[in-house]
Amino acid sequence: MTQQYSPSELLICLSSRVMEDGTTAFIGTGIPMLAASLAQAMHAPNLVPIFEFGGTGAILEKLPLAVGDMRTYNKALAASGICDVMETAQRGFVEFGFLGGAQIDKYGNLNSTVIGDHKHPKVRLPGSGGANDVGSACWRTIAIMIHDKRRFMEKIDFITTPGFLSGPGAREEAGLPRNTGPYRVVTSLGVLGYDDETKRMKLLSVNPGVTVEKVIENTGFELLFADNITTNEPPTEEELKILREKVDPDGLYR
Amino acid sequence: MNQFTKSIPIISEGEASLIQPIDLDGFREHNRKKSKALIDKTMTEKEVIDKYVKDGDYLGFELYGTVRCPMSLTRELVRSGKKDFRIVGQGVHELDLMFGADLVREIDFTYISLEVYGISDNMRRRVESGAVTKIVEWSNAAITWRFKAASMGIPFIPARSMLGTDTMKKSSAKVIECPFTHEKVALLPALFVDVGFIHVNRADIHGNCQIDGISGFAFEMSRACKTLIISTEKIVSTDEIREHPDRTIIPYYLVDAVVHAPYGSWPGEMSGMYERDDTHYKMFIEKQKTQEGMDEYMKEWLYSLPDHQSLLDKIGKKRLQELTL
Repeated sequence: MTQQYSPSELLICLSSRVMEDGTTAFIGTGIPMLAASLAQAMHAPNLVPIFEFGGTGAILEKLPLAVGDMRTYNKALAASGICDVMETAQRGFVEFGFLGGAQIDKYGNLNSTVIGDHKHPKVRLPGSGGANDVGSACWRTIAIMIHDKRRFMEKIDFITTPGFLSGPGAREEAGLPRNTGPYRVVTSLGVLGYDDETKRMKLLSVNPGVTVEKVIENTGFELLFADNITTNEPPTEEELKILREKVDPDGLYR
Repeated sequence: MNQFTKSIPIISEGEASLIQPIDLDGFREHNRKKSKALIDKTMTEKEVIDKYVKDGDYLGFELYGTVRCPMSLTRELVRSGKKDFRIVGQGVHELDLMFGADLVREIDFTYISLEVYGISDNMRRRVESGAVTKIVEWSNAAITWRFKAASMGIPFIPARSMLGTDTMKKSSAKVIECPFTHEKVALLPALFVDVGFIHVNRADIHGNCQIDGISGFAFEMSRACKTLIISTEKIVSTDEIREHPDRTIIPYYLVDAVVHAPYGSWPGEMSGMYERDDTHYKMFIEKQKTQEGMDEYMKEWLYSLPDHQSLLDKIGKKRLQELTL
């Protein structure tokens, strides 16, 4: 029998599956927190979540609501501060970093600063926060996005957080640590990666019920395509059970 | 020409001038004059704001999200009528009150939002209308490292953040080729705060402070402040501090005043002591959507109350007990 699930639940499950056991992941507010918690309960019990304000290795029994709240260091291995955690990433200890934003381009650059002109903004957004640092220093970053043309743009209004910047070699040229950069984009329509040579965004798989045409229609730039585009497994019964009963019993993200 | 007289060329730089100038020797001289005696520094919120804050000051608030916010000091600051502040923006609820009263003119901006509840409408109104006249962009690590440079007493710190982005372009950072590695690095200017506000779990009357749980950027910012105001959940004896000196994050000589403020982070939370007041917070989120709503909120929860104790009375013992861990 097919389980019913919400768009958020699908994003959480897809993001969770990207996380690997026995590694470190920089976790931001919202869906990454649920995904990390679900991953710990499913396939990655030794996933070490790192939170911006100093929590390292928490056991995510209750869903944190902010990157500094008490749950981010629940039964944690260490509780330090923002410098320690950011410097740990800058030294190369953090494998995955999760990001979000209002806009993304084909090189995975992200905007969370401003819609319109910086001096006279149409909408002032929250700003970089730790996003620029995560996008600079983590080995592999994963963006989680709602997929539509207003968000997947040829030219974004402001590069808050570096993706591959203007293309191959641009990160290294700018002085960013080598061999770092965007790895996946988990969206409401599918999962995307990046072409090794051109560093351009590439469709890897579509979500259940989504066609490749629909992804193209909702993307404001020219996509590349994997040779064999697969269809993502919908959330399993087990994933949904853990998500609803343990990770988010209050249904904040249902 | 002697090779050591060569200057290092600036490859690129942010467009913005520094909001807060750097004066290393001035900071040293200021610190030399600070009392090193173990004197009683306890004051009320009102006394502190009257004495130490003036119009146009550069202010810093240390907190993370709704956790460990110096809210009783913020409310008094807003009530005082002092204005035209320049601030470092890593904030949530405390900056909302400042924006609500239109007290902010310039921002070193890193993240101002209501976390899970979305964008701050107070911030949007003041920024999009031009009431805030200058915004300089930074990342969280960059701001904290700028405090770290100040705390080290040095003019800048190199880092590998912000490179290649518009965040860099709209900052006051500079990019050079590192003279050792010959790779590009960002130089982040030291950030000195005129008056800093930090809320802690416990402090003695001299200002020796201990924080439970994660410490955010308290260590760095406390050392970058010309004037540092502490509010504390509990005032403890100096003997108690001496029993666990390894827990002292802020030593007394950094501190100018200590304010006893139980539930001082409300409606935010305090590690190990009380939880966030989500009922109040959700009500606030609705109110702040319009300026009229915000004005009503400020009238009821700030202007009509003379001090922190009257706020605690209004919240009521029952509600505070419910929030207490």
